[in-house]
Amino acid sequence: MLALIPLLPLFAALFVGFFGRRAPRDLSHWVCCTAVGLSFVLSAIVLCEVVFVWPEIGTQAESVTLYTWLDLGSTQLTVGFLIDPLSALMMTVVTLVSFLVHVYTIGYMKDDPGYARFFAYIAFFTFSMLMLVMSNNFLQMFFGWEGVGLASYLLIGFWYTRPSATKAGMKAFLMNRVGDFGFIIGIGLLFATLGTLNFEEIFARADELQGLSVSLWPGGLEWSLLTVACIGLFVGAMGKSAQVPLHTWLPDSMEGPTPISALIHAATMVTAGIFMVARMSPVFEGSDTALSFIIIIGATTAISMALLGLVQNDIKRVVAYSTLSQLGYMTVALGASAYSMAIFHLMTHAFFKALLFLAAGSVIIALHHEQDMRKMGGLRRLMPVTYGTALIGAWALVGLPPFAGFFSKEPIIEAARFATVTGHHYAYWALTLGVFLTACYTFRMIFMVFHGAPRYGGSSHAHGASHETPKESPRVVTVPLVVLAVCSVLAGILFIKPMLIGDYFGTAIRGDYVAHPAVAVFHAEWRGILHYFLHAFLTPPLWLALAGIAAAWYFTLSAPTAAERLARQLGAVYGVLKNHFYVDAFYERVIVRGTHSVASWFVRGGEQFWSEGVLVQGTARLVQWGAQCLRYLQTGYLYHYAFAMVLGLLVLMTWWGMGR
Amino acid sequence: MSFSAFVFYVLAAILLVSAVRVVSARQPVHAALSLALAFFTMAALWIMLGAEFLGLALVVIYVGAVMVLFLFVLMMLDSRQNDCSPRWRRHLIPALLVGAVMLAELALLIVNGVKGKNALVENAATTENTRELGKLVFNHYWYSLELVAVLLLVGMVAAIVLTHRQSRFAKRQDPAEQIAVRRDDRLRVVSMPAATEAETAQPPRKERER
Amino acid sequence: MPGLEPTLTHYLLLAAALLVISVVGIIANRRNVLVLLMAVELVLLAANLNFVAFSAHYGDLSGQVMTMFVLATVAVESAIGLALLILLFRRRGTIAVQTLSVLKG
Repeated sequence: MLALIPLLPLFAALFVGFFGRRAPRDLSHWVCCTAVGLSFVLSAIVLCEVVFVWPEIGTQAESVTLYTWLDLGSTQLTVGFLIDPLSALMMTVVTLVSFLVHVYTIGYMKDDPGYARFFAYIAFFTFSMLMLVMSNNFLQMFFGWEGVGLASYLLIGFWYTRPSATKAGMKAFLMNRVGDFGFIIGIGLLFATLGTLNFEEIFARADELQGLSVSLWPGGLEWSLLTVACIGLFVGAMGKSAQVPLHTWLPDSMEGPTPISALIHAATMVTAGIFMVARMSPVFEGSDTALSFIIIIGATTAISMALLGLVQNDIKRVVAYSTLSQLGYMTVALGASAYSMAIFHLMTHAFFKALLFLAAGSVIIALHHEQDMRKMGGLRRLMPVTYGTALIGAWALVGLPPFAGFFSKEPIIEAARFATVTGHHYAYWALTLGVFLTACYTFRMIFMVFHGAPRYGGSSHAHGASHETPKESPRVVTVPLVVLAVCSVLAGILFIKPMLIGDYFGTAIRGDYVAHPAVAVFHAEWRGILHYFLHAFLTPPLWLALAGIAAAWYFTLSAPTAAERLARQLGAVYGVLKNHFYVDAFYERVIVRGTHSVASWFVRGGEQFWSEGVLVQGTARLVQWGAQCLRYLQTGYLYHYAFAMVLGLLVLMTWWGMGR
Repeated sequence: MSFSAFVFYVLAAILLVSAVRVVSARQPVHAALSLALAFFTMAALWIMLGAEFLGLALVVIYVGAVMVLFLFVLMMLDSRQNDCSPRWRRHLIPALLVGAVMLAELALLIVNGVKGKNALVENAATTENTRELGKLVFNHYWYSLELVAVLLLVGMVAAIVLTHRQSRFAKRQDPAEQIAVRRDDRLRVVSMPAATEAETAQPPRKERER
Repeated sequence: MPGLEPTLTHYLLLAAALLVISVVGIIANRRNVLVLLMAVELVLLAANLNFVAFSAHYGDLSGQVMTMFVLATVAVESAIGLALLILLFRRRGTIAVQTLSVLKG
């Protein structure tokens, strides 16, 4: 049954991928939605079993090996599943969001010629993601990891006739390669040291790694092996979860269709890095340096991406930057050893961010693929369902109680405060300030899109003038929105107790609560949900959030010109933000061009001179030269040949005569 | 020194001299005639060795047939082309050198190799040579004989095929060319002036009557 | 050293001398393919002399049978050789050996 969960989407993907173009359109979405829906039901059953049955019979985790792929003597490369509370939760979240996105896609991609292809891709993505979260060894995880990367590449470049889309896809793929390099190094180090790829064996022997050291190059400085491995793994997570400085692909990935942005680049794939670190918690716990590295990267991502979100005008990019920022929050939680909080935030974030993306998508279809917020406005009355759900999503994102984001984000900030690893002060302040910024850009978006005077249909819009007023999206679009909105409201309040306070995760997440007391402190101060709810009014984040909303209201609705004035006054800062801290420019100038020049040097020196000139053509020239020399022997004159023959005979005769 | 030994030396001398003449004669005709002489002396030597049939066959076949063939060919070819090369001497020296070394080695090998087991059996039944040879060939070697016969036939056919000249007047069909023919090769459409013009033009009376 | 009376050694030496003369002729000859063919005849004649001499030495007629076959083969060879020579002359108008260098590399 477990195998069916990932295989159903795979079969659906293969079927639709191969036959979808000939089959009727309806068949594509029926097959895929049914497969993913069944997958969700099965995942939910597994989750129920994990939650309700396992505690009674005392099971903590279940590891099954389906298939031995390669038997290398002492090492076996297998395909298998590790089912524990962590993966059960991830499976359910992934399949639920995926299912809703599938349904939403029916409406969103209605007129697209690549309808079947799209369904094949997202079903394949679902398969890969499930393989990733369910795997019980590094190899399969890496397979899923690359599978989702591939799906992401294909889907970002889905509209392959647009050069910007294909470039964005390429960029995402390449940036992920950088991360994967680190990931492979991490896996390789663990494998080389422990000789196994199986998670449970690695966790059981994680202590052995303590005290080992490795030098990165022969005779170089000795590094703690655990730190190097953890940082390597985390670099992989940085690529996949788009942490600074490998974040630049995520905003560009918004070139893909909106359901993809919701599914892959908000709810599931980008959280794979977070999931992976949480999965590896027993290993990461051993290295304070790595945790410190993680917390600093996370905090930097959280604050800097929130700043960038302020100046975006593309509705999807705002949500994308908020995703980056929220991923930063999760990373900080990881760094503070509060893995359960990271996963909890991951789950709530999956709901409300998917909700926001799908709402944005709904707006985009209503306005006929217009994404510029400056050309929206006043949609509140025209699209009530979208508005209502988007508002819920925004509240959840900002972290207003009692929405989900509040319950998941608040503890992370607390955890950053109570953490002990280097850099936690910085993280705490960054996150706290981040709350204000989050509120600011989120409600700037809400106000610009749904409030104020309508700005769409202007002459600047290519075919806007003749269009009727935007109207609410069809049922297939709104139903997923409502479902996600319900989740966004309830997920936090329902699940905070079992997930953060109770021992839902059991041994799936193993933190060293003595060395890293953030979670322990949080536990100690826990007085129940109501208390926590009231407590919020005494801490800065809530007030900061409200202040952020107020600021957004002031700059967008009350005094729209103030924003421009401010931008002009802070021209330098605004410029830096508009150019994404010049990170892209830096990559373009230094890394791309540097690589180019090195590559061209290699092309000239290595390829053109050495390989082609010396080896390839040199061989030919040598043969030619030898032949040139030898051809003087071939005079073509009979008597020369006869002479040579006689000489040979003579030599033979002499040799024979000597032998006697 | 017996008479037969004397004859041997004389014949050997003639043989060698004529051989030298074969390779060094300026005129190919001289070379061919020298070769005939060499064949003659060789036949005599073979008869001295008791191989009468072979000696006679050599004379009949080689001197009588092959050498005549050579001479015919010589006559057919333009003898003016066959003048001597001025560089003859330059190539002669290394050739002679190699020849000398080779001869020395051969002599050494022969003298060392034979070592006493030198005697030539005086074939008592020399008169029976042809009969004995015939018995041997037609009993023991008949299969090889057939092969040699076929070889001769093949050689004959090959020589004819090689030198046979296509007659200029022979008429024969080429099926490939016949099949490859196209309409344009057979038919040419010519545009003619219109009929009205033909009417206006006044042809001579005689032709009209016709 | 062989004595004066002709023995096997004498005949073999004579054949060797004949061979060497004709080989020198083949190498040194630049003028005429026809003469080349004649030199080849001489080489084979020398070989035949060996056959006959050994036949007499062992008192075995098989050597003479071989000579017969060789003679037949040489006849075929010279026939075909001459045919080729004629072809060559038709094609190129000359049979001088030094002009034949189509095989030159």
